[in-house]
Amino acid sequence: MISCDEATTICDKNQYGEASGWDKFRLNFHLLLCKHCKVYSKQNDIISKIIGKYLHSCDGQNHLSQKEKYTLEKNLNEQLQK
Amino acid sequence: MSKSEKHILDPNKWVKRYADYLFNYTVTRVDDQDIAKDLVQETFFSGIKGKDHFKGLASERTWLVSILKRKIIDHYRKINSAKGKKEIRMSFYPGGEKKGNWIEASVPQSWGNEAEKIIENKELKAVLELCIANLPEKYRMVFLLKTVQNYETNEICNELNISASNLWVIIHRARVQLRKCLEENWFKN
Repeated sequence: MISCDEATTICDKNQYGEASGWDKFRLNFHLLLCKHCKVYSKQNDIISKIIGKYLHSCDGQNHLSQKEKYTLEKNLNEQLQK
Repeated sequence: MSKSEKHILDPNKWVKRYADYLFNYTVTRVDDQDIAKDLVQETFFSGIKGKDHFKGLASERTWLVSILKRKIIDHYRKINSAKGKKEIRMSFYPGGEKKGNWIEASVPQSWGNEAEKIIENKELKAVLELCIANLPEKYRMVFLLKTVQNYETNEICNELNISASNLWVIIHRARVQLRKCLEENWFKN
């Protein structure tokens, strides 16, 4: 029987769709017997969904200030003159 | 005879057209505003130096993004070779009789039954960003490459010169630490 460290590693691999059939079999067997890892597994799904929802979206909220853009333009123009 | 539509470069318009887009792209990937600004500027500079190599097949923005992607990877490589000062906290016994078991103090606590509500919560995003920022640099880089940038495992391994099993150990430690950080900073309040 695999350890919790090994089981949760397979669980992580599974979040990326890279756990093998044999990995998944060993993981599921471990989850039947280990309530801590069962909780970890549920929470891992939640974390993946949160990341998918928030971090993938280029929601455009990060932008440069007018001053920063002005400096950038100035620096670029210097490069163009060279 | 058909005229092939070739894209042309117009560096004078780059800042106006693409600075925000490139900055936004970078900041979600390197997690540091100042580094992101530097990388955007370096991308524009490289674009100017290399403008004679532009073949006109891709759009201006696509071409600039491909330069930026290389800059980001180079940045990750620099980080990867530097020693990280932050420590990963142990969650599993590293040896002895209990090797591989959860350490009691690190056992996952229940987050309640409302998974949907959790996922929808906007404040949780800020906590997650903080938790990612708190990862040791090397772990954060690999985690972001795999999870946010969606690089393939073998691509990351080739770029950073690590094995696949190394990669999964790093991803695992990062996710275990992230889970714990979220629990401590969100669910325990």
